[in-house]
Amino acid sequence: MTDMIKAHGLVKKYKGVTALDGLDLVVPEGTVLGLLGPNGAGKTTAVRILTTLLAPDSGSVEVAGVDVLKDPTGVRSKIGLSGQYAAVDEHLTGYENLEMVGRLYGFPKSKAKARARELLERFGLADAADRPSKTYSGGMRRRLDLAGALVAEPPVIILDEPTTGLDPRSRQQMWGVIQDLVSSGATLLLTTQYLEEADLLADDIVVIDRGQAIARGTADELKSQVGGDRIEVVAADPGRIGEVVSILGKVASGDVIQGERSASAAVSGNGADQLLSVLSEVRGAGIEVLDVGLRRPTLDDVFLELTGHEADDAESTPDTTTQEVSA
Amino acid sequence: MSVASPVRTLVDGWVVAKRNLIKIKRVPEIMVFVLLSPIMFVLLFAYVFGGAIDAGPGLDYKEFLIGGIFAQTVVFGATFTGASLAEDMQKGFIDRFRSLPMARSAVLVGRTGSDIVYNVVSLVIMALTGLLVGWRAHGSILDTLSAFLLLLVFAYAISWVMAWVGLSVPSVDVINNASFLVIMPLTFVSNAFVPTESFPNGLQKVVEWNPVSALTQAVRDLFGNLPDGQPVPDAWSLQHPVLYTLLWIVLILAVFVPLSVRQYQKASLK
Repeated sequence: MTDMIKAHGLVKKYKGVTALDGLDLVVPEGTVLGLLGPNGAGKTTAVRILTTLLAPDSGSVEVAGVDVLKDPTGVRSKIGLSGQYAAVDEHLTGYENLEMVGRLYGFPKSKAKARARELLERFGLADAADRPSKTYSGGMRRRLDLAGALVAEPPVIILDEPTTGLDPRSRQQMWGVIQDLVSSGATLLLTTQYLEEADLLADDIVVIDRGQAIARGTADELKSQVGGDRIEVVAADPGRIGEVVSILGKVASGDVIQGERSASAAVSGNGADQLLSVLSEVRGAGIEVLDVGLRRPTLDDVFLELTGHEADDAESTPDTTTQEVSA
Repeated sequence: MSVASPVRTLVDGWVVAKRNLIKIKRVPEIMVFVLLSPIMFVLLFAYVFGGAIDAGPGLDYKEFLIGGIFAQTVVFGATFTGASLAEDMQKGFIDRFRSLPMARSAVLVGRTGSDIVYNVVSLVIMALTGLLVGWRAHGSILDTLSAFLLLLVFAYAISWVMAWVGLSVPSVDVINNASFLVIMPLTFVSNAFVPTESFPNGLQKVVEWNPVSALTQAVRDLFGNLPDGQPVPDAWSLQHPVLYTLLWIVLILAVFVPLSVRQYQKASLK
C-alpha cells in the first residue's frame, strides 16, 4: 500500500512560539488518519503545511507522491481542503460556489457545471442549490464547503475540524457524509478536538499536544494504553466507601480513585468477571450499593492519561453529542 | 514551481472577477455608499467652499473642482480593493483559493479587474452630479474620454497598492483607518481642491510633484477646465501632467504587482 501522506520532522515556529515540534505523519492509501488534540496543539499548522499554505521551518512532506515544498502546484491538484472556516461565499448560491471551484481546478465550463449539480445532489443540497448560501444553516454550509473539496475528486482529502461549531444534529449528519466518503475509499486526514469523532471516523489516530505526537495507534490500542475496563461503585453510605476502596484494591491494576461516596479503578483481564467478584464481596460485607458500572475507557481518558492535563477548555468535549453517539 | 500561462491567469482571473461582480449585484447596498460619498463631496465643495475658494481669474470654482473630486474619488475607491481582500482573508477565502491549483496572481487580477467596473460606475455618477451643479467638459470627445481613461488607469494602479495593504493588515477595520491616513494627505496636499499657489512655499514643491496633482491637472486640461492664459505652475510634473501621471502608473504597477503577488503567496490567517 502506498503512503499518500508522508510528513517527517515538521517544525514550525511563529515568532518564537513553537507550533510544531518534530511531527511525523503517515497516511496509507485508502485510510483515515485522525489528528486529535486540543485547541492550539498544532493541528491547523500541520494542515496548512500539508496543503501548501505554509512552509515548515524544517522537515519534509510529500502528498500523493509529490514533494509539497518543491512542487506546491502539483500538490494542489491532488488535494481537497475543507477548513474550519467554511470558505463558501455567502453571496453566491451553492451552485455558483461549486462551479467557481471547478473552474479554478481548470475544468471547462460544462464539466464544472455538471460536477456542481452532481455534488449538490449528493450532499442533499439540490433544493437549496440556487439560493445564496447565506440562507443556509451552519450544517449546510459545512457540507457545501466539503463538496468544494471534492470537486476535482482529489486522491487526498484534508478536513480541518469539519464539525467544530456545529450543533449535535448537524454534526451527526456531517459524520454520515464523511463515513460515506470513507467507504468509497478516499484517503483522508481529519483533525478534530472531539475524541468521539476520531474514534468514529478514523482508522488510526495521532494524538498531538504542543506540536508533538504523544501517541499513535488505533482507537482500541490507545484505549488499552490507559489500562483495561474501569469498575465504578457508588455506596449508599459515604461512611463505608473506605471498605469499598479496599475491596476494589484487590482487583485493581492501578490506583483506586476515591470520591465522596464512589470508588473506581481500572482492572486487567475480563472486566465482567472482576465486576461480579467485586459485587459479591461488597454484598457479603453488607454494603448497600446505589450504582455500579463497568466502563470502557473513552479517548478522554486517553488524553488525560497521556498529557496529564485536561483537553484544555470546556468547549473541547461535546457534552450531549458524545452520549448520543456512544449510546 | 510551474509558472501559469498568461491565458490561465486571465481565465482564472475572470472566474474570480465574476464572483466579485455577482456580489455587487446581490448586495447593492455596497454600491450605494460608495456612490453617495462622491456625490456628497461634489455638493459640499461646490456649495460650502465654492464661494470662499478663489480658483483663479476667470474660472468658476465648480469647473475647477470636478477634476479634483474625480481624482480624489478614484484614489479613495481603491480602498475597496484592499478591504475586500482583507475580508476574504479573514473569512478563510484566500486559503481556499491558495489551496487550489489556480494561477498565482489570478485572485489579485480578478479583484483589481472587477474593481474597474466599480470605478466606472462611480465616475459616471460623479459626472452626472457635476453636470447638475454646472460643470461642463469643453474639450473634444476624444479628450474627454482620455481624461476618464487616465483616471481609470491611475485608479487601477492604486488598487494594486491597496491590494498589498489589504493582504498585509490583520483585519478589515485596520485598512479603512490606515488608508484614510494615507489618502487624505495625498489628496488634500495636492491641487485637487485649491490652486497650487495657495499653499505655503515649502509645501508647494510637494504639491507640484504629488502624482494626484498631476492627474488632476491632466484631467482639467483634457476637460478644458483650465482657462486660457492662466499660467501653469513652473514644474515639469505639471507642465507634462499626462506623461508624469503615466510614469507614476508604470512605477506603481512595477513595484506593487510583484509585491502584492508575493504577499498573497504568504498571506495567512495568523
